[in-house]
Amino acid sequence: MTSETSRFVSKHGIEIPLIRRGSGPPVIVLHGGDGPVDHLPFAERISDRFELLYPTHPGFDGTPIPEHFDNLDDLVFLYLDLIDSLDLQEAVLMGFSMGGWLAAEIAVMNTSRFSKLVLVDSVGIKPGGPFDRDITDVFASPAEDLLKATWHDQALAPDLAALTDEELQIVASNRVAHGLYTWEPYMHNPKLKYRLHRIDIPTLLIWGENDGIVTTGYGSALKGLIPNSTLSVIPDAGHHPYVEQPDQFAGRFLEFTIR
Amino acid sequence: MLDLRAWFFTEDAYPYLPDEDSYESVRVNLPNKHFDPNTGADLYNMYLDMWCAADEMGLNIMNNEHHQTATCMVPAAPIMLGILARETNNARLLILGNPVSNRSQPVRVAEEMALIDVISRGRLECGFVRGVPYEIAPANVYPYRGTEKLWEAHDLITRAWTAHDGPFNFEGRWFHARQVNIWPRPFQQPHPPVWVTMGSAGSAAQVAQRGHIGAVFLAGYPRIRDIFDGYRKGYADAHQTEMPIDRLAYCALISVGKTEREGLKGAEKLLWYMTSNKVPLQYANPPGYHSPAVAATMMRGNSSGTGLPTSTTLAEQMARGNVFAGTPDQVYDQIKNFYEYCGGFGNLMMMSQAGFMTFDETLTSMKLFSEDVYPRLKELTSNYDGGQIREIRARLPDVENVNVSSLASEFVR
Repeated sequence: MTSETSRFVSKHGIEIPLIRRGSGPPVIVLHGGDGPVDHLPFAERISDRFELLYPTHPGFDGTPIPEHFDNLDDLVFLYLDLIDSLDLQEAVLMGFSMGGWLAAEIAVMNTSRFSKLVLVDSVGIKPGGPFDRDITDVFASPAEDLLKATWHDQALAPDLAALTDEELQIVASNRVAHGLYTWEPYMHNPKLKYRLHRIDIPTLLIWGENDGIVTTGYGSALKGLIPNSTLSVIPDAGHHPYVEQPDQFAGRFLEFTIR
Repeated sequence: MLDLRAWFFTEDAYPYLPDEDSYESVRVNLPNKHFDPNTGADLYNMYLDMWCAADEMGLNIMNNEHHQTATCMVPAAPIMLGILARETNNARLLILGNPVSNRSQPVRVAEEMALIDVISRGRLECGFVRGVPYEIAPANVYPYRGTEKLWEAHDLITRAWTAHDGPFNFEGRWFHARQVNIWPRPFQQPHPPVWVTMGSAGSAAQVAQRGHIGAVFLAGYPRIRDIFDGYRKGYADAHQTEMPIDRLAYCALISVGKTEREGLKGAEKLLWYMTSNKVPLQYANPPGYHSPAVAATMMRGNSSGTGLPTSTTLAEQMARGNVFAGTPDQVYDQIKNFYEYCGGFGNLMMMSQAGFMTFDETLTSMKLFSEDVYPRLKELTSNYDGGQIREIRARLPDVENVNVSSLASEFVR
């Protein structure tokens, strides 16, 4: 599978590295708060049918946080520009976790360039009341609790101890960007649930059955707010089902996008 | 001719902690069932009595605030200072400081400070701090760009203190207030002296440019030259004149005894402040607080930057210049050495109570300090001569034989 990296430059000089892999109708994949994942096993399984467009959000993977950026809204408008500049047509819009929230925000504004939406263990709404913790506080959780909440099989978690100093600094930088985009209101936009009805393309919610960051109950709440949506739960997977169960993940994706 | 000013400081600990193995952290999530209100009332009143005693001894007063922690029972320093504004007569009243990066209403801070200044008839000295990393969870404020936010709050507060002709408008990046016209205005004109904490040459330069007092906590021999040099250079660049010595402040743990043994015994008790600071990584390293380089080191499990060194010895902390302890002569010599090493400072913040140190022990130490050490320190600074101290300093090589890996970098910012 060949891949090439290009660079989108916004009107305000913000650069987004963009990896393209495979050939076919475009799928734009928005990564989550852990940053871009180099190794996406599911991608190999779909790249003979789709072209994957895989951008890196500013602040992740060693890229700078733009001076005027304060929250996810800044990312939403940057991606609206990027999507226009790519002149995407009939594309699939897919996001993981925070990237799912981002994808939902883009979709409530305008779906004209997209045929389908895929949200994977996505955040973005607050289903419960003020005293309910709907989304695990990833910034205040001890590392071992976070591992348990994130992974069904903790052996698949990245081993921070094996990273070089430089790589670990990138992980630390990713956390800074993650916090910037999601700190308050925590991992959600209170207005989003009043806007999700605008999504007028078929939507698939893929969820890891054992996700402890946002549970399948959270996925059901999201499903209830998006008109033409289905929830597909993958067993033996946590917050990253595309890493833990790549075959299952690719299968659900293909079933939804090709039918 | 400026006499050194000493500031008595206690963090108002609630030292009666449960078995250390039974809790994860002394900060943020230690359940407040461990706080007994009766004991708390006794402690608050004891600490207030200590500050009043400092006033009577001719020392100045410093207080501060922290949140959700047994290490400091005061979550609202202005309330304590409001009491002291009324209860004391002569002491200058330093709050170091207002955590303005974490507070949503700078105008309210300006009002609180003006109120204290007026009640005390102009004795307030007002500090602004970014706050330590464990304050992030209680404040729920994202710490990224916290320093920029601090300066924006500072600009709004100082304008609120000095504008006297009706409302003005402020619409900044973080703070908005469109009809600012505080009552009361400060007693001191144009406004109370301002202090800001600093921990690097870069942060020191920003304080120096504005001419405020730059305060350093526990940087010790390994870091102090870099920080104070940054201030002195920043001041000279911005003001085209040499910095007056009263622009710099240093905070250390100080215990004075009639004998060396008594002084060291008190210092061992003061070390509670460091050794009780059990804090897990998720509170010590919130995203956006530290630079990625420091954050990565902390994730690696290196002690650097993880907070106060919880396993340390008195000898180590004395060697670093974080603790001055012993007889009056010894304490004077230790401070003088440090003073000459770093090029001089006009304010000494003395944490002279911590942990289980009793009222009587604290007052004994304070009294010995104020009678036998303080006059000599005043003389030392009143003879301050920039050229002379540079010569003395030049003869003192950089202290490099101190392991800085466990330095408390949350203060060094």
